[in-house]
Amino acid sequence: MPIIKVDHLYKRFGETDAVRDISFEVEQGTIFGFLGPNGAGKTTTISILCTLLSPTYGKASIHGYDCTEQSAEVRKSIGIVFQDSTLDKDLTAYENLMFHAYLYDVKKAEMRQRIDEALRFVDLYERRDDLVKKFSGGMKRRLEVARGLIHRPKVLFLDEPTIGLDPQTRAHLWDFIVDLPKKHKVTVFMTTHYMEEAEVCDRIAIIDHGRIITVGTPEELKKTMGGDVIFIGTSDNARAKDEIEKLFGVEVFEKEGELFLTSARGDACIPEIIRALGDMVLSVKLQRPTLNDVFLKMTGRAIRAEELSSGDTFKDEVRSYRRKFGRG
Amino acid sequence: MVEANAIYVLVAREFKKFVRERSRLISTLARPLIWLFLVGGGMSRLVSPGMGVFSPGRGISYIQFIFPGILGMTILFSAIFSSISIIWDKEFGLMKEILVAPVSRFSIVLGKALSGTLVSAIQAAIILALFPFLGIKLSVLSVMEVVVICILLSFCIAALGIVIATFYESFESFSVIMNFVVMPMFFLSGAMYPVRTLPQILKVITRLNPFTYGIDALKHAIFRGTDILDFSLVTDLGVLLGTSAVFVVIAALMFERKK
Repeated sequence: MPIIKVDHLYKRFGETDAVRDISFEVEQGTIFGFLGPNGAGKTTTISILCTLLSPTYGKASIHGYDCTEQSAEVRKSIGIVFQDSTLDKDLTAYENLMFHAYLYDVKKAEMRQRIDEALRFVDLYERRDDLVKKFSGGMKRRLEVARGLIHRPKVLFLDEPTIGLDPQTRAHLWDFIVDLPKKHKVTVFMTTHYMEEAEVCDRIAIIDHGRIITVGTPEELKKTMGGDVIFIGTSDNARAKDEIEKLFGVEVFEKEGELFLTSARGDACIPEIIRALGDMVLSVKLQRPTLNDVFLKMTGRAIRAEELSSGDTFKDEVRSYRRKFGRG
Repeated sequence: MVEANAIYVLVAREFKKFVRERSRLISTLARPLIWLFLVGGGMSRLVSPGMGVFSPGRGISYIQFIFPGILGMTILFSAIFSSISIIWDKEFGLMKEILVAPVSRFSIVLGKALSGTLVSAIQAAIILALFPFLGIKLSVLSVMEVVVICILLSFCIAALGIVIATFYESFESFSVIMNFVVMPMFFLSGAMYPVRTLPQILKVITRLNPFTYGIDALKHAIFRGTDILDFSLVTDLGVLLGTSAVFVVIAALMFERKK
């Protein structure tokens, strides 16, 4: 059963079309990734789902509640980790979670236990009485994940959860995130512009310029690239080529003394090739398409670090629009 | 809908930060003290009790005359500051955490207004404790009356501060608010001079300023029965309660609006 439904959603800020007619569904208990460069419309979509913005057209619902009409119910069903920290730096980790628990009307009898549990889950129990301003970026992000779980939401939104973190901290945070659906029975909706990170998702939507370009599992998306490429070095290329062509019924090419072929599941082919060729095999190399290749193929350009600035420009545009026309 | 839990935690957060940041308390108390003793002390030489304006027979000195105004100043600055910390929270994100919570906008506004009320009433109470040193005599009942009026005025100003805060997205606007809202409100209120001595045009503006009525109510409680009062106590309290309600409703509506 889909827990998030988005139907022809459209959002316009002044002259800028941030989101243009997007539709998708997210199944319960999965990790869904929104992949795209900054300024593609990811944060705008999250803001609409979180009831912070209303769409210009279209509908979105979470857990059966309409994001515009039934915002109170939607708010109860979701937890959010925003791109920029929303912790109170002058309060301790424990106080921040307590603040959240009161806002979400968690039963007093359960409050302490839930907070302790959440702090242990993100390894911050020992630091619970330290002021948040003393925390590193990674600790803050983990604390926000913990906070988002206190009221047991159905869906947890993570907007660029690893942005600005160093690689080790990022890997550490991912260990927590992939455990979320199992340990906390929560559906995760995340945005990222890091291709490698999107790999942990069950399904990915690639979004660019406010439009969804394609949706699928990481495997499916990579398959659209024509599959994996296997390179084989052998002691007798001519014989090996015949053997493999007989075995798989695909054409095998030779390049720079190495044989190569494409296959949908390269990893599963390798053992068969080795079994068939035996001692002839000198080396095997598997090259898999990355999501970066997929993005490149779909949009004609790669996601690069310099695109970070386009996000800022968009933010500025929205800000100056708000300044000009009030908050309307 | 009013969520008591949310209101409680908003007030508790503000109180915790207020207690934690002693330096903030000292700096906000410094302003009224400087005005009371430096401006009040200096002006007392120029404006003598016999000049006709300040109840001749009663002998109210200028420093005594501005005491209600200084109490009001303490409230005005601290309540506005407390409320426009919302802009701070918008800039640093905590406001988003509050806005996505399943809490009605009315409760958020009420919680923020009560936060401002609590911290500014505490500061006003500290300044109030100075009255014996200024030669002012107050009964226990009058002191309680002053405290109640301080609370009402604090709530009114805090609610106004929230309305102002909803118009701004960043803290750059801080000096604009100080120069175009707080200072005129203070000077056009009867805090430093009796309203009736003002030129006609300023008198009209003063009557449109809710802060004026708070100052007048404080004068009622501190100088009961003298002729320095501008309105009746009922008018004062009515205006304070009425404008408070209006500000809370406007603020809640402003919060409810989505982009």
